[in-house]
Parts: sequence; C-alpha cells; structure tokens
Amino acid sequence: MKPRALLPLTVLTIFALLIVAACAPAAEEAAAPGGRLQLIKDRGKVICGCNAELIGFGYINPDGEFEGFDVDFCKALAAALFGDATKVEYRPLTAAERLPALQTGEIDVLIRNTTWTLTRDTANELDWAAVSFYDGQGMMVRTDSGYKTLDDMEGATVCCTTGTTTEMNLADAFRMRGVEYTPLLFESTQDTNTAYEEGRCDGETSDKSQLAALRSAMANPEDHIILDVTMSKEPLGPLTAHGDNQWNDVVRWVVWGMMEAEESGVNSQNVDAMLSSDNPTIKRLLGVEGEMGTSLGISDDFMVYVLKQVGNYQEVYMRHLGPEGIDIPRGPNELWNNGGLLYPMAWR
Amino acid sequence: MAVQPKILKPPPTEVGLLGWLKKNLFSTWYNVLLTIFSVIFIYFVSRAIITWVVRDARWEVVTTNFRVFMIGRYPREQAWRVLVSLGIIVFLAFLTWVSRRSKGNPIPRWLVIGWLLSFPLIGILLRGFSEESSFLPLVSEDIWSGLLLTLVLAIVGIVASFPLGVLLALGRRSKLPAIKVLCTVYIETIRGVPLISVLFMSQLMLPLFLPPEIRLGTVMRALTGITLFSAAYTAENVRGGLAAIPIGQYEAARAVGLNEALVMGLIVLPQALRAVIPTIVGQFISLFKDTTLVIIVGLLDLLGIAKSVTGQKEFIGLHKEVYAFAAVIFFICCFTMSYASRRLEQTLGVGER
Amino acid sequence: MAERRRAVPFWRDERVLKVLTQIGFVVLVLVVGSGMLSNYRKRGLTFSFGFLDEEASFHLAEGIPFSPTDSYARAFLVGVVNTARVASLGIILATLVGLVTGIARLSDNWLVSRIASVYIEIIRNTPLLVQLFFLYFAVIIQLPSLREALVLPGNILLSNRGFVLPWPRPTVSFGLWWPFLVVAVIGATLMLILRRRGVQRTGRPSFNLLWVGVPLIVIPVLGWLLIPRSPLLLDLPEIVTMSGGVLKVEGGTKFSPEYTALLFGLVVYTGAFIAEVVRAGILAVPRGQTEAARAQGFTNGQILRLIIMPQALRVIIPPLISQYLNLTKNSSLAIGIAFLDLYAVSTTMLNQSGRVVEVFLMIMASYLTMSLTISLIMNIVNRRIQIVER
Repeated sequence: MKPRALLPLTVLTIFALLIVAACAPAAEEAAAPGGRLQLIKDRGKVICGCNAELIGFGYINPDGEFEGFDVDFCKALAAALFGDATKVEYRPLTAAERLPALQTGEIDVLIRNTTWTLTRDTANELDWAAVSFYDGQGMMVRTDSGYKTLDDMEGATVCCTTGTTTEMNLADAFRMRGVEYTPLLFESTQDTNTAYEEGRCDGETSDKSQLAALRSAMANPEDHIILDVTMSKEPLGPLTAHGDNQWNDVVRWVVWGMMEAEESGVNSQNVDAMLSSDNPTIKRLLGVEGEMGTSLGISDDFMVYVLKQVGNYQEVYMRHLGPEGIDIPRGPNELWNNGGLLYPMAWR
Repeated sequence: MAVQPKILKPPPTEVGLLGWLKKNLFSTWYNVLLTIFSVIFIYFVSRAIITWVVRDARWEVVTTNFRVFMIGRYPREQAWRVLVSLGIIVFLAFLTWVSRRSKGNPIPRWLVIGWLLSFPLIGILLRGFSEESSFLPLVSEDIWSGLLLTLVLAIVGIVASFPLGVLLALGRRSKLPAIKVLCTVYIETIRGVPLISVLFMSQLMLPLFLPPEIRLGTVMRALTGITLFSAAYTAENVRGGLAAIPIGQYEAARAVGLNEALVMGLIVLPQALRAVIPTIVGQFISLFKDTTLVIIVGLLDLLGIAKSVTGQKEFIGLHKEVYAFAAVIFFICCFTMSYASRRLEQTLGVGER
Repeated sequence: MAERRRAVPFWRDERVLKVLTQIGFVVLVLVVGSGMLSNYRKRGLTFSFGFLDEEASFHLAEGIPFSPTDSYARAFLVGVVNTARVASLGIILATLVGLVTGIARLSDNWLVSRIASVYIEIIRNTPLLVQLFFLYFAVIIQLPSLREALVLPGNILLSNRGFVLPWPRPTVSFGLWWPFLVVAVIGATLMLILRRRGVQRTGRPSFNLLWVGVPLIVIPVLGWLLIPRSPLLLDLPEIVTMSGGVLKVEGGTKFSPEYTALLFGLVVYTGAFIAEVVRAGILAVPRGQTEAARAQGFTNGQILRLIIMPQALRVIIPPLISQYLNLTKNSSLAIGIAFLDLYAVSTTMLNQSGRVVEVFLMIMASYLTMSLTISLIMNIVNRRIQIVER
C-alpha cells in the first residue's frame, strides 16, 4: 500500500468525476420561486442586503445600527409592509457576495449601490425595481498632484474595489486613452479608501457619490478633488430576484412613492395634515382615495407609514447626502421638473 | 553529599544577584555582547511602545466603541443575555477549578452534565424564541457580531466538528476500503486547502447545491464551513490518539468477548479521546484565531468590527489603536487557553513520554 | 467448522456485512452528491470552463505581465505565480527566522531567551490576519510617499510604493563570465566530496572547511578580471520625475508594499511556529548527548552543529512539513491586503465571470497540487535523513 501515491490519484479521479457529472446537460427547468411578498409577510420582516461600510449610503453607526441613504429604503419597505420601519433584518454584504445572496434567496431585496447593467440583469437572474440614485464613475486625486484629466495619469497607481463594474470601466477608460496605469484591487470600499488616503495610490476610482462620501469623511477633504471625468453611467437602485414581479412592484412603487411625495410636497412633518388635502394625487398617494395599496398586495395607506417613519425622497437625501450628511450636490438626482432625472411613474 | 567540617561561604560571584547575572548574562564574551545588544534593543522597543501607548495613541476609539467590539449589533436592551451566558460559563469554570483543586481527582459527573447542558441553554438564551416572545425575543444569529460572534464560531465549530471528526478518524482506520478511501480523501482534501476556500464554498456554493427550501443564514453557513474544515483536523488528532492505544488493549478486549463496536466504544475510544484532549485544546486555539477569516466572507467578527470602526468618521485612520486592541483581546484569550491547556496536560498526565 | 458457518445467517456474516456496509456508504455518498447536483441544475446553472479563453478585461499589476486583453486563464496563472513567489521565499526565510529564534529561545543567555519567548508567544497567540492588517494598514502604507522616501544605507528605497533594492544586472559580457561560475561550483563540490571521503576514512578532515571557499571566490574573481567589461552591474534604484511631474522609481528590484507585507507577515508568523518546532526538536535530544560531547571537548558551536542538530532534525522535519504547508495555505490571506495571489485573482475572476463552481474547483485543485508537491519534496528529504541516521 502506498497511500502517498494513491492519494493524489484518488483526489484527481474524484475531481474528474465531479467535472464530468456537472458537465452533463441540465435536464430540469429552473423552479419558479414562490410568492416572495407572502413569504416576507409571514416572516414579519424584510431581509435587506446592504452595505456596512459606505458612509452616507450604508454603514454601522457607533450604536451598532445600520444607517444611510440605501438603508432608509430598506426601512421604507418595512414601513410600507408592516407599518413599522424597524422590521428589517440587515445583511451586510460585500460587493462579491451581493448578487449570489439575492440569487440564492437569502435576502429579499438588495439595496447596496448596485449598478443596473444589461449583463447583470440577464445573466444573474435579477430584476431591478427602480433607479434610486443616478451616479457615474469618477476619479478622485490629490489636489497637489496636478492631475486634471485621466490622460495626465500616466504611470499612476489607482485604487479600486474588486468585484465591481468599476474595475472593468477603469481598464476600459485607460485602455481607450492608451494610458499605462497600475491598479490596486481591494476587497472592500473601506480598504480602498484607506489605501488611497494614506497615499498608497495616486487616484481612487468609484462611483462619484461614493467618492464624495469618502472625501467628506477624510481628515482634509479640501486636499482631494474629484476629476471632472465620468467613466461610465451608473444607475443605482434596489433589486429583487428574477421572476417575482409582485414583490418587485412593491419595491419600485415605494421608491417612486417617495419621489412622488417630494413632488407633491408631502413630507414626514405635514403628512397628517395632508391626509385631508384636496389634491387628488396626494389623496391617492396617501391611500385616502383609490386602492393603490390593495392592488400591490399591501395596505392602502402604506405611504403614510413610509413618509411618517422615513420621509420623502428629499428628506432621505438631505439626511444622508445633503449638507448635514456627506454633501453631494443633487445634480441629476433632482426631480424632473427641477432639472434632474427623477421621474416617478404616474400614481394612478 | 558529605558534610564538610567547615562551611566556606560561596564566592560572591557565584550566588545571589551577582552569581545569577554572571551565570545567565555574562558567562562568555559573546554572551556579554548579546546581553548588551539585547538591553539596547529592549530599551528602544519598549520606549517606543510605551510612549505610543501612553502618550500618542488615541484610545477613545476603543472606549467609545467598546460595546460594539464585544457584542457588535446585539440589541442594547438585550445585552444582559450575553452577560448571563458569560456568567454561566464563569460559574461552571469556577466550580470545575474548585472541584479539581480540592480533590485532585477527575471532574465530577454532575459538572460534566452541567457543562453539556450549558451549551443548549446558552444557545437558547442568546438566540431567544420568536419575535413576539416578551421574555426572550429573537435575536437572529445573523446579527451577532464582535467578540461574541468570534467565540460562538470557534466554540460551536469545535463542538460540532468533534463527532464528525471521530467518525472520520474511525473511517480512515477502517478495514473497509471504500470507507477508508472516502474518509482519507475528505480529510486530506480539506487539510490541503486553506480555510478561506472552505468558507468560500460554504458561503457561495453551498446555497447553490442545497434544495431551495433550505435557507441558511450567513452565520450558519460560515459555521458549516468551519465545522467541515475543523472536522478534518479533529479526525487526524483523534487518529493520533487511536494509534497511541497499545494493540494489547484490542486483543485483551477481544479475548474478553467484546465485539468490534464494543471494543471501540468501551475500551479504545475513551482512552484515545482522553489522550487527545490537549491536542484538541490546541486545535481550538488555532480555530479561534482562524475564525477571523470570516471577515473575508463579510461577517463582522471581532476583527470585522475593528475594521468597520476604523471607518468611523470621527476615528478615521486610527488603525494602530484598533488593531492593537483586537490583537490584545486575541492574545489574552489564546494565551489563557494555552496556559490552561498546559495545566490540563500536566494534571491529565498525558503528553508525557 | 462447516456446521458453525451454516449456523451464522448471511446477514450476520462478517464478510457479507463488510461488503454491504461499503456499498451502503458509497450509495449514500452518491445519493447525497447527485441530489446536490440536481439542486444545482434546478437553478439553471451550467458548468463549463469555456470562460477561461475569454478576454478578462480587468487589469492585474503584480508578478508576471498582464493586460486587460489577456484571457482569464492567463489571469489565473498570474495568481498561481504570485502565490508560488510568496510561498517559496516565505518558506526559506521563515526557516531561517525559526531556526535562529528556536536556538535563541534555548540560549543560556537569559535576556536573549526571554526576547525570543516573548516574540514567540505574542505571534503565536494572535491571529495572522490581525497581524497582517496591522502590518499593512498601520505600518507599511503609513510609510512616507515616494517624494520623501527613506533611503537606507546601501541605496535601499523605502516608501509606501514599496521597497526597492539595488540589484545586479547582467551586461553583455555575462555570457563570458558564467562558465567561470560553473567551474567554481564544480571545483568546490569536488573538494567537499574529497574532504568527506577523508573524514570517512580517517575520522579526521584532511583540511579545514574554509579551503572549500577558495575556488568559489578565486575563480569568479579571476574571470571578472580577465573579461574586458564587468559582467554584472549593480543597478541602483533612483527616483525620476516623469513628464507630468509624477515620480517613478527606475532600476533596482522592486517589491510592492502588498508583497512585502504578506511576505513579512508570513515569515514572522510561521517563524514563531518553526521556532517552537526547532526547540522541541533540540529538547528531544537527550541531555546526555550534550554532556558526553562536552566531556569530549567539543565546543558549544560544534555540539549544536555536529551532535544535536543531526539528531534533532529527525524530530523537526515532520512538523516542519506541516508548517510549510500552513505557510502556503495562509498565503491566501493576501486577499485582505490586496496582494494578487491565487485566491484573490480567483475572486476577481469569479465576480466578473459568475462561474462560482468552476473557479472554486480550480482554487481547490491548485492548492492541493501545491500541498502535495511540498509534502512530496519534504518526504523525500525526511526519508534521506532518517536513513542516514539509523
């Protein structure tokens, strides 16, 4: 008996068998997932995949609570479903884990600054519900570096988070310009930013909103500038598993509802007063008139809870991303009638 | 030794402080050199460390976040449950210590039962029943974090891997080729790859292979990975213990008329397991350290919390303080455990050749 | 005998039972396995390694050259090479650190042995990942920038962009010089063999070991003088300013901060474990051996080299193998500090291609191959040592 010789052989054989077995054609069709909405209602809380380390969007505050722009949409969903914004279970996910987590049904909804792309939409069995934030990939550099455009960055080291579209866009952008660069790939946004701030990299690339968030949290924000270059369009929004339209509808109409509330001037302060408003749109929005909620499979006054406990889009934005938060100009994330891109679908 | 009529005083350079110094520090010329270098080295290192710890370090990042480090996102109003669990363990440990000290004989049976019962009890206490329960509302294991999570992962990992490990060890020693080969392949495959790849498998691949009805949370999946990983190492340790049992024990037991299962269960395994306790403690210590890898699959154990704390706006860039604190916690835990295991080794009388 | 056999029903016949148990076990494994596979297929996932030929379109900058137009297979190769780079150098350095510390731990100098044991205890009782994070985030990337780089004696550049060592670079005349090197090595080997023969025959070396060094030094120096241009030039690193005002290091050989952190962390960590292995090995040699050797007039150095180490090695090698394996496996922690090892590259590949199972199998197969290779080499070494000793 020569176990030393037998062992590698056996291991390799088993691998070979596994590979052969897995290569055999798939016989069965994908099983249709059951009604996620009902599942969530029975469970009594929403499981929300989010970021745990992105200031402004999703992070853990010193009290150990999740907080941020994305997190508020999780809360809004819980408020809409249960009338209680605290009925959320947060799953902090890394960029690498987030899509599999949704695919495997571990989470109900993913609200973690995830870009809506064709490949992801089709290949990964996911459905985006709405765009909650219009973003674009940018580049942050030190003010004293003298960089003005990407073309100046010959030979620079660029920090970037792996597992995102960012590293592909970065490679494309530099290749297109014929500029040599050195990427440094980190597992988490926080590490990427640390490395940049400590001077390990000449530039940091990410979505501009993230860069703004990170910049605002730096010791000396004025030492860093975000270049006026947009490497890609990055529409971010919540997404659900493919094929469950009812649940997806709830998610998108809650997001649109919050935009609609801003458009109609309803917020957490005046929502009670607005219940007696004569404006038909507000009446429908707050469930005073019509059966909007019922047709979604939830209560008609769901937006009242959302607005009371979380607020409208503007309040959420200002709370986390406005001057009192990390201070990102609203830019494209203004309402359509204000020069922005936010255009909630018709509430009727 | 013969009694000397007149007792001479030993020369002052051979006893006392001087003698010690001469013997231990200045015995030869190169020892003198080494001592001088060492003193200079110690002076500079300790001066640097002390000035940093006392003067430069901003420890408020640790004091402000202390609760987060310990129990992470465990609800503040439920924190008493963690304290009670800790109390149970300390109490049992104290009883064990007392009973060992006074009698010097093995741990009494009621105490063993107490320890065994404490695991499910603490599990229930920490996790609670359901959302509505007013007494112990559910605190899902997926929001456990900080040192609590580190401990849970290591303890549950080692306990759960134990039966699996024993089975694998027996399987590897089995005379039945199919069982032997499969167990050997499992053990050697797992031992040949890094823990992180096993965690990766349990985190990303396991859900793909399980029926859609079964959904495991992140922590449960990490635990599955840790258990599967640890079982392979337990198996090898147990196998070592089995190999140490003299063949005479088997033969005697067979001669008395026990069948193979009984020989294993009554004669060999109890002796073998007793012999491997210190090794298992060692394995536990390294598993305890290895649980830090769960940070890479997104769990917030002590190190994960430490890392998220370095991202807090008011404490940006305080890496040294935070990681040093995490290291100290790990050091205290591991050092105490390895000290205790050395004591255990002495009292059990195993590990002596 | 025949009657007794008939008395045993077949379901209690040991031979039948053995076969049945095994069949049952295999069937169980197959059923569980195929169940898992069908669950996998139910999710509509396919299995194919075709993606390996596709363009990676991400960029990797560590180790062998890579560009975004290269294939996934090439990206994986980058990872494998990087892991091998860090593991091989790590094993050598960790052995040295471990050997020195292990001996220092047993030194009769109290201070030296204290320092060694404090180092060993601190390192062994904290997780490697914590050490790596500390080393990388709190030390290495806090080094000054390239502009204010530290220049150590010997022109070693130290900055948060890595550290750069002067490195000899072969010139055109190197082709004339290397035969001298070969001759020198052959000459020295011959002398060693001669000396060993002498020891075996007479029990006493015919000449001092230092004489072996003579051909090793004299012949290359002679060659250097004979050849018109010097065959090697010391390439000193220097910081140059590029067109856009960007600084860049030219010359020397460069180690990225990530590589340095990982290598250093692995060496310090594994070194502490190896020190304990060495200590245990030395302690396993009976005290009488040392005393007898001392009675015979051996010096301390001779005792360690000639009496203790050869015997201790027999005890040291097996646990040393597992330390080497641990080091290799632990190199996967590179992902925490952005070093592009096998595992880190694989995660990137996985994220961009979505091929979870395929990439996972590749990871497992690579690590198993590496582990088996190291075990194989070390087992051969082990066998040789054991035979020589007995």
